[in-house]
Amino acid sequence: MADKIATRVAYGEALATLGEKYPHIVALDADLSKSTMTVTFAKKFPDRFFQMGIAESDMVDTAAGLATCGKLPFASSFAIFASRGWEQIRNVIARAKLPVVLALTHAGVSVGEDGASAQANEDIAIFRVLPNMRVVVPADAPETKSCIEWLVQHTDGPVFVRLGREKLPVVCPNGYAFQLGKALKLRDGNDIAIIACGGMVHIALEAASALDAKGIQVRVLNMASIKPIDRDAIIAAARETAGIVTAEEHSIIGGLGGAVAEVVCETHPCPIRRVGMPDKFGESGKPSELMLKYGHSAERICQCAEEILKAK
Amino acid sequence: MTKTRDESALKKLALQARRHIVEMIYIGGSGHPGGSLGAAEILVSIYFGEMNHKPDEPKWPDRDRFVLSKGHIAAGYYSVLALAGYFSCDILNTFRKLGSPMQGHPCMLKTTGVDMSSGSLGQGLSVGNGMALAARLDNKPYRVYVLMGDGEVQEGQVWEAAMTSAHYKLDNVCAILDYNNLQIDGYVSSVKGIAPLKQKWEAFGWHVIEVDGHSYPQLFAAYDEARVTKGKPTIIIAHTIKGKGVSYMEGVADYHGKAPDEAGYKKAMAELV
Repeated sequence: MADKIATRVAYGEALATLGEKYPHIVALDADLSKSTMTVTFAKKFPDRFFQMGIAESDMVDTAAGLATCGKLPFASSFAIFASRGWEQIRNVIARAKLPVVLALTHAGVSVGEDGASAQANEDIAIFRVLPNMRVVVPADAPETKSCIEWLVQHTDGPVFVRLGREKLPVVCPNGYAFQLGKALKLRDGNDIAIIACGGMVHIALEAASALDAKGIQVRVLNMASIKPIDRDAIIAAARETAGIVTAEEHSIIGGLGGAVAEVVCETHPCPIRRVGMPDKFGESGKPSELMLKYGHSAERICQCAEEILKAK
Repeated sequence: MTKTRDESALKKLALQARRHIVEMIYIGGSGHPGGSLGAAEILVSIYFGEMNHKPDEPKWPDRDRFVLSKGHIAAGYYSVLALAGYFSCDILNTFRKLGSPMQGHPCMLKTTGVDMSSGSLGQGLSVGNGMALAARLDNKPYRVYVLMGDGEVQEGQVWEAAMTSAHYKLDNVCAILDYNNLQIDGYVSSVKGIAPLKQKWEAFGWHVIEVDGHSYPQLFAAYDEARVTKGKPTIIIAHTIKGKGVSYMEGVADYHGKAPDEAGYKKAMAELV
């Protein structure tokens, strides 16, 4: 099995690699380049890296200016701090449909010890709602690299790429290539479906194995592309299984669970349970402790699946 | 386009712009006459006597860039863009109407010649810095002009951007601050004071020039000085009279964002001759 790698690390490597082939790529950071891993690009292309200091709103608008002049800017910070520039992102980047990649890291409670102020649990919701904005949450390092490459080759307005701090196991099969708007079926089954993204995908697979041991056939979808979302895959899951459990490292309000529920309610209503951050702020602790305490676990996913099956 | 700094020609253009401003806001029933009228000389001097640009090739990659950070004076901006030839003056009177390219605040996707969408204050200088960094990366000679308001510097992001311009020694950035002393809720000094402005910008590492924002010779001298100032960005603090040219609007905060009624429209047009 491949080494566990954090998606932020894969992002840094992908950016530095793609920087060679695509001279119009530039990167910006707000004093967190060693954490967001834009440092990898900065070392290789110092002239194309802009350190903006602790000024996220200024950073995203500067990226917008660069984008109008033919550059492909990648602006990075922690997801929570870049969210400070939400109105800038809305009014300048999204409204003008500028090709800016917001590659934001340290999403979710797995940030750990830094506590609630650094843990973004609301970012999918606030960026998903913006017209012209795409939202992507890669599940592992290879998918992150594939996704960044795809985005460089398909610049059609802004995109938010949500990345994590913690190392993640590889879940996507060899040779898989990311495609915006397409879910990846990691496991097939018609009893129940789990739709997950980011760092919850490997946990969803763990839950699927546990349910399989009880004779429950589980379909697992990696929904890296939250917007546009793969409606067909969601509708098929709603039609062909007893119900859907969503799993994300984000508030259960407005994130992947919300997006899936929107599609299901309008097309083929079925029972849904959302696993993720309850309507709460996190706290300090080890990432693994926080994931368990706030219900980001295989046990919680299994419990939800069994609830749905029991009510059938 | 061929630049001109001939004062009588520019005065005629500013007069035409002011007539358009009053008319389009009157017909549209809303808009921002005060700031639009007050910045007429600034906009006319930049578009007719300063910037390198081609109205018949709006996306010319080497053009100088203009960012209207105080996006609410869209009526003034559109009037000057139309006079410069970016689009027909005929569409000005569709200002703020459903389906019109003349949006209430500038939208680069809808209006030819607009280099950046705006409308939310405090952001234009950051955007301008990005354009200036791109020019430097590409070894292009184009310059970036950012027009902002005085009350606008109450936005903290302006100072983040001011630090960025100075840190990167962006001498291809020329900011113009339209200092008319008024904002929506009244005098800038009573809403939240911004003085001493010159010292603030100097402390932030900028070259500062103060001018009468209605004087073409002073504005052009300042643009020239900005162009030869190396190693730091320049800001031109342009003292203006909000509502300039329409007697009953001059210096009146209420005309920041209010359209004239029929009598007011007629009076304004009678004065603007």
